[in-house]
Amino acid sequence: MDRFLDTFFNLEVMARYLPKILSGMLVTTYLGIGVVVSGLAAGLVLAVIRSFGVRPLNALIVLVVDMLRTVPPLVLIVLFFYGLPAAGVPLDGLGSTWLALSLVLAAFAEEIYWAGILSVSKGQWEAARSTGLGFLTTLIWVILPQAIRLAIPPLTNRTIAITKNTALGQVVAVQEILYQAYSGLSFSYNPSPLTLGALAYLILFVPVVIAGRWIETRFSWKR
Amino acid sequence: MSVLDLFLNLDIMRQAFGFLLQGLGVTLVLCAAVVPTAALAGLAIAVLAALRRRWLTRALIVYVDVLRALPPLVLLIFVYNAPPFMGYKISEFSAVLIALTLNGSSYYGEIFRAGVESIGRGSWEAARSTGLTWAQTMAWVILPQAVRNVLPDLISNSLEVVKLTSLASVVALHELMYAARSAQQVTFNYSPLVLAVFMYFVILWPFVRLLSRLEHQKIAAH
Amino acid sequence: MNTAAAILDVRALHKSFGAVEVLRGIDFKLRERELVFIIGPSGSGKSTFLRCCNRLEEPSSGSIHVDGIDLLAPATDINAVRRKIGMVFQSFNLYPHMTALGNVTLALRLSLKKPRAEADDIGRAALAQVGLADMAKRYPNELSGGQQQRVAIARALALEPRIVLFDEPTSALDPELVGSVLKVMHNLRDGGMTMLVVSHELGFAREAADRVVFMEGGVIVEQGPPEQIFAAPTQTRTRAFVARLAARS
Repeated sequence: MDRFLDTFFNLEVMARYLPKILSGMLVTTYLGIGVVVSGLAAGLVLAVIRSFGVRPLNALIVLVVDMLRTVPPLVLIVLFFYGLPAAGVPLDGLGSTWLALSLVLAAFAEEIYWAGILSVSKGQWEAARSTGLGFLTTLIWVILPQAIRLAIPPLTNRTIAITKNTALGQVVAVQEILYQAYSGLSFSYNPSPLTLGALAYLILFVPVVIAGRWIETRFSWKR
Repeated sequence: MSVLDLFLNLDIMRQAFGFLLQGLGVTLVLCAAVVPTAALAGLAIAVLAALRRRWLTRALIVYVDVLRALPPLVLLIFVYNAPPFMGYKISEFSAVLIALTLNGSSYYGEIFRAGVESIGRGSWEAARSTGLTWAQTMAWVILPQAVRNVLPDLISNSLEVVKLTSLASVVALHELMYAARSAQQVTFNYSPLVLAVFMYFVILWPFVRLLSRLEHQKIAAH
Repeated sequence: MNTAAAILDVRALHKSFGAVEVLRGIDFKLRERELVFIIGPSGSGKSTFLRCCNRLEEPSSGSIHVDGIDLLAPATDINAVRRKIGMVFQSFNLYPHMTALGNVTLALRLSLKKPRAEADDIGRAALAQVGLADMAKRYPNELSGGQQQRVAIARALALEPRIVLFDEPTSALDPELVGSVLKVMHNLRDGGMTMLVVSHELGFAREAADRVVFMEGGVIVEQGPPEQIFAAPTQTRTRAFVARLAARS
């Protein structure tokens, strides 16, 4: 038992790597926020474009979205990290991870927003248009507020799942939590930094998961 | 070297195809092992939660929340690197299996639990009042309805498991992504990665389309 | 004979949905200040006809002129014309995420570009006109069906339309609430509004309508003053329908 504690909960080693883990938490946090903001915004823009009903454009959107929903995020991150610089786009680990995860979130978000837009009753369109409001005005002021409300429960779940993928940045040397924890393990020949890293993730994400559950129940009301 | 050569080199793709196919085989074996196990574990969690024993439910919630908060890669790295420090050797395959099953069980558990809870008291009361035991009610009346209700989420999660197998490449298990990475490193060309993207797409796309349709029905039925 | 100008002029209107022809040639004129009631069995095309009048449905052929403007011409600014035509729906279609005042003023602000203060004043006046001045800040889900429909009417009135179309305005209401809406419609008519109403409220038709139109099978079978249609119709089909309707109520 002592040996177990000494190996996995070695306080001395943990203390040594605490600063690195903390800075890793910072990276995880702002990478996560960056992904959420750009992914959700891009997804909304795509859904709005889709509602204009330009057939070939929509077919393209659906194809790209489906590809982004079927590709494992890790494959995309690695592809961007190694491939884009070679193609002339200099992107570091952080950039590749942010871009890949944002695209994936945008794809899932677009589908969810779209389902929301489709389920707003036709009567809402008719009422607004019959008072002389144009297509885009109706979409923005009448339809989207209702569609987004419907979209919040499934969106919350999906967003949380995708932000946890920031850990994949470790593979391309993004200095987030896992990266720091793993180098700690390699340098000290002791897994305590990894335990600390796991704890760091729990501290960050358990509240997020709980908040997510609260959001889902709150927005599942009436209708 | 043009972008086309770097990313869509058909020659290299053709050469790497067989190798990638082997990797795909390993991927599918992994899925076949993980999905049923994790799903069953999730089902067990939901049934246990339905017993409504205070301490049990609390323990289950902790289990589910912790595993949902921990990124799967972290879990995998932990499961793979920890045993050697205790003197045990663990194979890559076992490590991936354990990590993905643990992770999956928490998600499937949440899904089934929500499904069971969405079945109104009416079904329970009707079944029990005809003399069925708790277990019989659960098995023959509640679960069949619950599963049908959460089918979209079940499919969606299973898709995620297939994609999660790509993590195994990090611990050098020779599944699809690892094969693609190896081919990339050997040829200094990114076409194998692009080929892997297409292969994932071809396998998963029918399910993604099915999922879209189910999701639309679900939101529309509100 | 009313010699006022025709606000709505429909000629040879045809509408098909795929292979099904729902409107088989409608000729119709609506004069200023007239209240015309349209009755007929379900499937007769009355709603479709009404919805063509503000182009919510695209006619297959024919012409529609509103206040002299060709509704179907490509050059016509449909949004501008729709502001002259108010529409009240069977299921109210209020915006659930806005207050009553918000519902009424949305088009004023976004379409007519009125500043918020002015829009709010107009909105409150419209709500007062339907007797709901004190409900301005309530949300649709806090209002009864009758109140919601009255807000919907205020929403149409705020834009000062030349004509208001009513598509079965009381069909979705509980019987006790119908009266409040009919009262508003009555007041509107007394104020001189031109109204085209699709409805089964025969009592209202008898005492308020200038003209009743009976539609069946996509054509106008007969039209005339209420006394004619209800008491002494000239067509057998009209007589049969009116009898059925009377028997049911």
